[in-house]
Amino acid sequence: MSATSQVSPQSYNYDIVKMFTIMALVWGILGMFTGVYIASELTWPILNFDTPEITFGRLRPVHTTLVIFGFGGSALFATSYYVVQRTCQTRLWGELLPSYTFWGWQIAVASAAVSYMLGYTQAREYAEMVWPIDILIAVTWVAYLVIYVMTLRKRSQPHIYVANWFFIAFILATAILHIFNNMAMPVGLFSLSSYSLHAGVQDAMTQWWYGHNAVGFFLTAAFLGMMYYFVPKQAGRPVYSYRLSIIHFWALIFLYMWVGAHHLHWTALPDWTSTLAATFSILLLLPSWGGMINGIMTLSGAWERLRSDPVVRFLIVALAFYGMSTFEGPLMSLKSVNALSHYTDWTIGHVHSGALGWVAMVTFGSFYHLIPRLWETEFYSKRLINVHFYLAVVGIILYISALWVAGIGQGLMWRAFDSYGNLAYTFIETVEFLHLPYFMRTLGGAFFVTGIIVMGYNTYMTIRKSRLEKAEFEAKIAAKMASAQ
Amino acid sequence: MLADIFNWFTHLENTKPFALVLFFITFVGIIVYVFSNKKRNKRLESYKNIPFEEKD
Repeated sequence: MSATSQVSPQSYNYDIVKMFTIMALVWGILGMFTGVYIASELTWPILNFDTPEITFGRLRPVHTTLVIFGFGGSALFATSYYVVQRTCQTRLWGELLPSYTFWGWQIAVASAAVSYMLGYTQAREYAEMVWPIDILIAVTWVAYLVIYVMTLRKRSQPHIYVANWFFIAFILATAILHIFNNMAMPVGLFSLSSYSLHAGVQDAMTQWWYGHNAVGFFLTAAFLGMMYYFVPKQAGRPVYSYRLSIIHFWALIFLYMWVGAHHLHWTALPDWTSTLAATFSILLLLPSWGGMINGIMTLSGAWERLRSDPVVRFLIVALAFYGMSTFEGPLMSLKSVNALSHYTDWTIGHVHSGALGWVAMVTFGSFYHLIPRLWETEFYSKRLINVHFYLAVVGIILYISALWVAGIGQGLMWRAFDSYGNLAYTFIETVEFLHLPYFMRTLGGAFFVTGIIVMGYNTYMTIRKSRLEKAEFEAKIAAKMASAQ
Repeated sequence: MLADIFNWFTHLENTKPFALVLFFITFVGIIVYVFSNKKRNKRLESYKNIPFEEKD
């Protein structure tokens, strides 16, 4: 049974949560703007300006690093530090170490972005950071693990709430993935270049074991932790089934680790490995949808909240996109479908239906719940939250439908033959075909980035409002004290 | 003897079905644990209220 002892919210460490929240929005705006810029470069290549630092090849990892690790990572630090304190009813362990995780993480993200623009990369997708940054991340991550475990150990609540299970699995798995994928031998002590410790197909296998589990544990499990706390809180009712959340957790954790090899269908990888990955990918549909249903059904009996509360709308639409992208993923992992989709823009569309639709939307919803509580005030404008919601939804729909057209069209053109058995299209014809979908994708991205800028403004005004209210309150107290004397 | 056991584990045709059986039994065990006992069901479901035990 749950405990009744309570710790006053004033005794929690909210400063660290505030710092990570603000930086998540800063990185989100910068990273998504970079995304729109590189989408524009693909649409209008003149935007490369023959300047190496801003070409697509260098800016693309800047975009992915800023949105995944800058925005997503900071959002996860913020929400996990908040959730662990509130569900364990204890203050975050350590005073200096949480600040260290903040600065370590921010320095890693910023230096990674600068190093890519200067041309330094270890050319591993979503793990492009050169070895000194990898070491900084590893040390910061271990500190994060220590803080989290120590906070759980000193909890007032006997049971560890399920959101924390997802967070701790994410922290542990990310540590293992990061360390094993980045094992490398530097060329020299003062060189940023290094050789991977793995070679050939094993190297590719390790990379995609990391790559897909980064999706599974960083972008899915961790954000499910966010969902299991913020959806019930915002809906004002407990999660639909706690037992389902337990099954959801163990099934997801067990299945995800096996599926990375579906990124390497039709390559030098042994066929059985590829088949195994596809099989587990199909199985993953069950826990994914179980979790989605658990989240959405939390609103059971309060569906009218979808009309009246834009924050609930963000969270439920995020779950709908989670369901959609976790259906599309297993579908694309089938070898026959993958033969069409691989190396096309369909993959990019799929990633963004998960990244924008699920990750970003659940983060926005959680932040709209969190920010007023951190700064102890109402949000500056509910109308702007609504505006953000519609900008984001229109942006996502434009983005993913444009890339369905681009990717499936591209795949079909590559495999089309004429009656003589020659390729029906030249490569450049497939590139010409992409121009319009690429433009639509850029437009979708522009809608989405406008949305987060609106959120940034709304948040800034909320913090300002909070400060004004506090100053006003203090002035009133001072005036009362003066008149009493 | 110990070397034979280690050697057995180095063959993928042994370890794959072994891992499958091991994980499957564990997973079935979790499902049985979670859904089999009414008193336990009630206790587990009570944990869903943890986020509401505090004022905002």
